[in-house]
Order: sequence, then structure tokens, then C-alpha cells
Amino acid sequence: MRQSSWRMRWIPAIAFALIAVVQADVLPDDRSDVLYHHFEGGGITVQGPSVLIRKKVGDAVSFSYQYYLDMISSASIDVVSQASPYKEHRTQQNVGVDFLHNNTLYSAGYISSIEPDYNSKTAFLNISQSLFGDLTTINFGYTQGSDAVGRVDKGVVQPFRADADRKNYAVGLSQVLTRNMLLGLNFEVDSSAGYLHSPYRSVRYVDPTVLRGYSYQPERYPDTRTSNAASLQLKYYLPLHSALDGSYRFFGDTWGIRASTYQVGYTQSLWNHWTLDGSVRYYTQTHADFYSDLFPYANAQNFLARDRELAQFHSRTFEVGASYEFHPGWPHFIEKGSLNLDVERMFIDYEDFRDVLDTQYKAGQEPLYTLEATVGQFFISFWY
Amino acid sequence: MPALRPMRHRLRLRLAAAALVGGVLLAGCQVQPWVKPYEREHLADPIMSFDRNPISSSYLEHVFEVREGSRGASGSVGGGCGCN
Repeated sequence: MRQSSWRMRWIPAIAFALIAVVQADVLPDDRSDVLYHHFEGGGITVQGPSVLIRKKVGDAVSFSYQYYLDMISSASIDVVSQASPYKEHRTQQNVGVDFLHNNTLYSAGYISSIEPDYNSKTAFLNISQSLFGDLTTINFGYTQGSDAVGRVDKGVVQPFRADADRKNYAVGLSQVLTRNMLLGLNFEVDSSAGYLHSPYRSVRYVDPTVLRGYSYQPERYPDTRTSNAASLQLKYYLPLHSALDGSYRFFGDTWGIRASTYQVGYTQSLWNHWTLDGSVRYYTQTHADFYSDLFPYANAQNFLARDRELAQFHSRTFEVGASYEFHPGWPHFIEKGSLNLDVERMFIDYEDFRDVLDTQYKAGQEPLYTLEATVGQFFISFWY
Repeated sequence: MPALRPMRHRLRLRLAAAALVGGVLLAGCQVQPWVKPYEREHLADPIMSFDRNPISSSYLEHVFEVREGSRGASGSVGGGCGCN
């Protein structure tokens, strides 16, 4: 603990030294977006609106506000097998400010997420600096969050309360490699502590005393989790006004999960007004050390999980999108607008999470669960 | 004698950090941009942005985070909502 504390003192010193290499950075564009999102798959439907507004005040300050609503209707495999379908709303609001001072861009913000059984408050600070003739941009970010976990039973809020805290440290670099190629590097360390599991979710264990062959008990997670994630992204400008991008991300944490994300995308501009996007994403992860689809007996180990989010699985996601840019002419303060549609098809194949709803099989021999989902977004953007 | 080893280790690390800081400061003065401003037309094109539509990318990041055990290193500012 003593050794790591004095090392941490040098990180901000190095950060500010890098910032002292004076180069220009710029505020984000003034724009507003109104989006409708829709997710459907695995018995879950989540949809709702989102609005993002960003506006500069003077030459040095920019404010942003985002509102986001999830209207959730859930009859997922976990809900149906252990409880009953439910509906709820989650509301999220973000406020942020960007401040350009002495060629350094400071960003700060606050995020509030509220749902009947989970409230989250997050604050973040980010510092960004361009270097070497604006060919390099480096940024440092810090995020701190505090979550309050509750429980709702048949629409009634229960007298249950637990807390969890989060800290996140991020470093990023954007580098111009050639006149046609950009490189992005990102690294994050995330640390969570407190109540990190769900008060609703259970694990199953072999129980020969019941007809179906297994019984349930509440899950138990460690009360700490630390993770590292690193990513690399390349973007290359191609002839005929198009671009190719590829990225890779690695993730590892103290729960034993190791994950890799591979993504390739292509963007094509057409006829001055249209932009088409397509991408393919492949994701793979190993299960958490304390995860099992079926434990051999009750309390088989100190920590127990059967959350499919922590299972071993791989997924493929295919995305297509189209954007049409227009110049409305009225009102006069709007410079341009765009209409955007984006659709994704997601296929998740679990390798150690079984479909317990298929009751014709013995416990532990049910077919592996698969999930197909469609994600849609339609949004309109204005620049002013 | 053993007490000197942590001191020497700290001193070496401080010297290394100072060298890194000094090197960056000097480098910022001496490195000439290898892509001149008049050669950056393609790089300035919106299709070359890593995050052309933040409202869309933040939503998709949330979709994946809720269903996967991993998160982070996406390059977005802010650490996510922490929602379940």
C-alpha cells in the first residue's frame, strides 16, 4: 500500500508536465441530438428516448446535458425461471462542462441514474492536451461513483439497502501516423467495492431430494473487483471518400474474467449527403472463477455466481447504418442537420450457461443457451 | 545497509521520472510535425473521427456493458453510469 501510494503521486506530476508542452486543443462542436433506441432479444425489450444538447458560451466554455430513458419490459430466462416478468423505468441524466484554458481542455461532469431498485451517482474529470504540432492528443481521466442497491418485490420497495463504490482511472492517446492514418490507444483501471451482486439472482446446485434435480440459493460475490482494460484502434482514409477502421480491446479482472473484443468497420460517403457505415464485432470472454451453471451441492464454495454476464461465451454483432445530411435553411442559426438510422444484430453463444426452461433434460444436461437480439437507433442531429 | 536500498530505488525512480518529464518538454520543442497542416485534409474529414456521434456510441457502449463481463477502454470521457 505505501509503495503504490507514492507511485500514484508521480502520475499527476507527469500528467501536468505533459500538459505544459503547450499546444492547442478545441472545444466540442455545438450540436443537439434526439435519439430513439430499441433493444429486443432474449425476452427483454428496452426502448426509450435520449436527448443530448451541447452549447458553447464564449470561446472557452462549453456545456452539455443528456437525458436518457430506458423503458424495460423483462421476461428474460433468469426472470422467468426464478421470478415473474416485470416492467420498470430507468432515467439517466448527465451534465458536463468543458473548459479551454491555456491550450488545455478540462472536462468535468456528473451522471445520475435512477431506477426503482438501483441509484447511481458518478462524477468525472478529464484533462486533454495536444502535443507535437497537434499530431498527438493525450488525455487523463478520473471517475468516481457511488451506487445504492435496493430491492423491489411485486412492485413494493423493500427495506433493503446496500452500497457500492467505484473508481476509474483512464489514460488515452490519439496519434496521427500519416496523412491518412490515425491511431488510438486507451488504458483503464477500474476498482469497485461493496455490494457487487444482485439481490434477486440465485445460483443452482444439485439436489437429489427434489424432482427437477436442483435447487436455488442466493448468489455470493466478492466485495471487491479490480479490472484492467487496454484498447488499440486504427483508422485509415481510403480513396473515394471512405474509411476503414479496426480495433482490439483486452480486458482482465480479479474475478478471473479474460475478454477480447475485435471490431472491423467501414464508412463510405456518397453523393455529398449520404454516409453509410458497416461493422462486424467479435467478442469472447472466459467465466469468472466463482461461476458455475450448476454447483455440486449447496454452499460448494465461498463465492457463487450463475449470472450469464460472468459466463464463458462468445458473441458476434453485425451493424449497418445510414446518415443523410441536410441544410434546413430555417431557423437560420442551424448550420446543418442529419437523419441517422443504425441497426445491429447480436448473436450470443454461451458455453457454460444452460437453458433451464427446457425441462425435458436432466439437471446439467440442458442445451446451452443462445441469445439473438436486435438493436435499433434512429436519431436526428443539428449543428448550430 | 538494507535501509539504503529503498532510498536508492526511490532516487532511481525519481531520476527516471525527471528524465521522462524533461525529455517530453524538450521533445515538444524540437519535434517537427511530419504531417504538415496543409496535408491534414483527410484527417479532418468527419468520417475519420473516432466518435462521430457520441449519443449513439454511448448508447451502444451501455448495451454491451450490461450484457458482458468486461468494460472500459472505449475512449469515451466519463466512466459510465454504474447502472445494472
